[in-house]
Amino acid sequence: MKEETKLNESTGYWRGVWTEYKRDKLSVLAMFLIFSLFLVAVFDDLLAGKKPIIMKYQNNIYSPAVFNHKKLIGMDFSDQDEIKDISSFVIFPPVKYSATENDLFSVLSPPDKNHYFGTDDRGRDVLSRMIHGTKISLSIGFVAVGIAFIIGITLGGIAGYYGGRTDFVISRLFEIMITFPVFFLILTILAFRDPSIYNIMIVLGATGWTGIARLIRGDFLKIRNYDYITAQRALGANDIRIMFVHILPNALAPVLVAATFGIAGAILTESALSFLGFGVPPPTPSWGDVLSQSKKYIDFAWWLVIFPGLAIFLTVTSFNLVGEGFRNALDPKLRGR
Amino acid sequence: MKSYIVKRLLLAIPTLLGITIITFGIIQLAPGNPVERNQQLEQGIQSEQITKEIIEQTKKLYGLDKPIHIQYWIWLKRIATFDFGDSYKDHRPVIDKIKERLPITLTLNIISIFLVYIIAVPIGIMSAIKDRSLLDRITTFLLFGLYSIPSFWLAMMLIYFLGGGEHWDIFPIYGIQSANAESFSFFKKLTDFLWHITLPVICLTYADFASLSRYQKGSLLEVLRENYVRTARAKGLSEKTVILKHVLRNSVIPIITIVSAILPAMIGGSVIIESIFSIPGIGQLGFEAILSRDYPLIMAITTITAFLTLIGILIADIAYVLVDPRITFEGRN
Repeated sequence: MKEETKLNESTGYWRGVWTEYKRDKLSVLAMFLIFSLFLVAVFDDLLAGKKPIIMKYQNNIYSPAVFNHKKLIGMDFSDQDEIKDISSFVIFPPVKYSATENDLFSVLSPPDKNHYFGTDDRGRDVLSRMIHGTKISLSIGFVAVGIAFIIGITLGGIAGYYGGRTDFVISRLFEIMITFPVFFLILTILAFRDPSIYNIMIVLGATGWTGIARLIRGDFLKIRNYDYITAQRALGANDIRIMFVHILPNALAPVLVAATFGIAGAILTESALSFLGFGVPPPTPSWGDVLSQSKKYIDFAWWLVIFPGLAIFLTVTSFNLVGEGFRNALDPKLRGR
Repeated sequence: MKSYIVKRLLLAIPTLLGITIITFGIIQLAPGNPVERNQQLEQGIQSEQITKEIIEQTKKLYGLDKPIHIQYWIWLKRIATFDFGDSYKDHRPVIDKIKERLPITLTLNIISIFLVYIIAVPIGIMSAIKDRSLLDRITTFLLFGLYSIPSFWLAMMLIYFLGGGEHWDIFPIYGIQSANAESFSFFKKLTDFLWHITLPVICLTYADFASLSRYQKGSLLEVLRENYVRTARAKGLSEKTVILKHVLRNSVIPIITIVSAILPAMIGGSVIIESIFSIPGIGQLGFEAILSRDYPLIMAITTITAFLTLIGILIADIAYVLVDPRITFEGRN
């Protein structure tokens, strides 16, 4: 019984937020869109690729799109008719093209019944590249913001909790990071270190934490003087426990909103980096990479501009709308209007 | 008041030092030291004699034979006198190259910031007064949409549709003046310049409308809840007078400081926009410097733009205190 009450209390706040959030239909739609993108990112190999999802070959069932079956090593999946011939039963992904293999016979072909979104200058299927690019773009957004989140919470928390001289030093660090031309800094670092996907995540995370740190610092400064914190200290809890177990949960909500906006920003920055040639190294597909190819063929290859541009636009808008929806839902002044 | 300004300026000193430390640190990230890099670059085109000369020159420039903190100290002393060394590319003093390019970028950014404020503040005020109305919702959604468009994508679209591709040929897409601009009268030169920067300025501004108008809206809504507004209403003033005389002015004040959020982003955006529109500003120079690994130039641009941004933030902070006597230094920290 006691356990149950506790559970209700802890979900109460978030349930209220959710009820409030649901009132904004646009934000709910945006959340649905992000969820679908997640599915695309997770199941990208089933949606686009040359390898069949399921095939029956010599009375055994294989799934080459998901697993690297030992029996099938050495099998050439490039000719799909041949695969059809040798297997008694086969299902291919809806988009039957690889994201990375060049096909010089269908270079820059406009959308048709084979290539739904057309092909790029190496004959690669744009839709397939975009499906696989979803994984890259989303993971860059999430991991970069995750790194920023950890740095921001640590620095902001320490500054706000200890105050005084510690706060002074860390606040100067905020100011330095704010004054720096961050995009230029990112470009410089990526020019010196090779622009692998991990370096991009690290650089975006290491430069994007100031907003989160500021919010956390403000809340910690306020909450550390509350009575329940004094009580914890009297009970003998150490600083780390007070900071992360007792203060952080009460300061988390606005930070999560900031993080949502941060993901949108990171996806935009990644696309800009790709556009300038500092993005994920080829042939790895990302939305920005597909878009950057359109530079050369903008006169006629509209499909290289419209589709990836729309994907970036819709994703970034969705993340922003979700962030906005939660911000409104969290603001008690706006409740019940 | 005076003590606030003095304190604020003193606080900028550690920030400034931090900027130089990070800039210096980034160059240490470069694979191989700058001398080796430079040697590799020069090999093949230069004779051995000159290569040696360059190595000696560069070594002296950075004091690379010394421990790292001494190297930093030497570099710091040199940049204190604005001596950033010579560019690797054409061996001209870096500071001269920056001096040529900086006014263009500053002009573009100041015009852009001005436009952002002129357009976004009224929108914010409107959506605060008509909070949660259909009009408010539509503008919020539209501004969020604008905010989500990648700037380089919009730039390409504008070039494609308005820059004389297949469609209209309305705006020039290259540089900041026509080829024969020297012969123009002053007025024609000005219109020629404005005509050239229209598309780049659009690309630099549109994304900031969303955040600034939201800040303005939030600020106005906050002022509306103040007690003196209730008093103003209670004594029978019309809603128009309350808004125009009492709410509006106070709500605009905090918006001044938002410039510190817009300015660095805009300078970052200049890298992309100036490269696309071939504008000979600091952004394009910086991008070229990164591509050619021109270390002295990269370090100088990072330091100087960070320094200028810091000045922008300081001006905004001080202006904030000057217009709003209620703010004290202690109150702000």
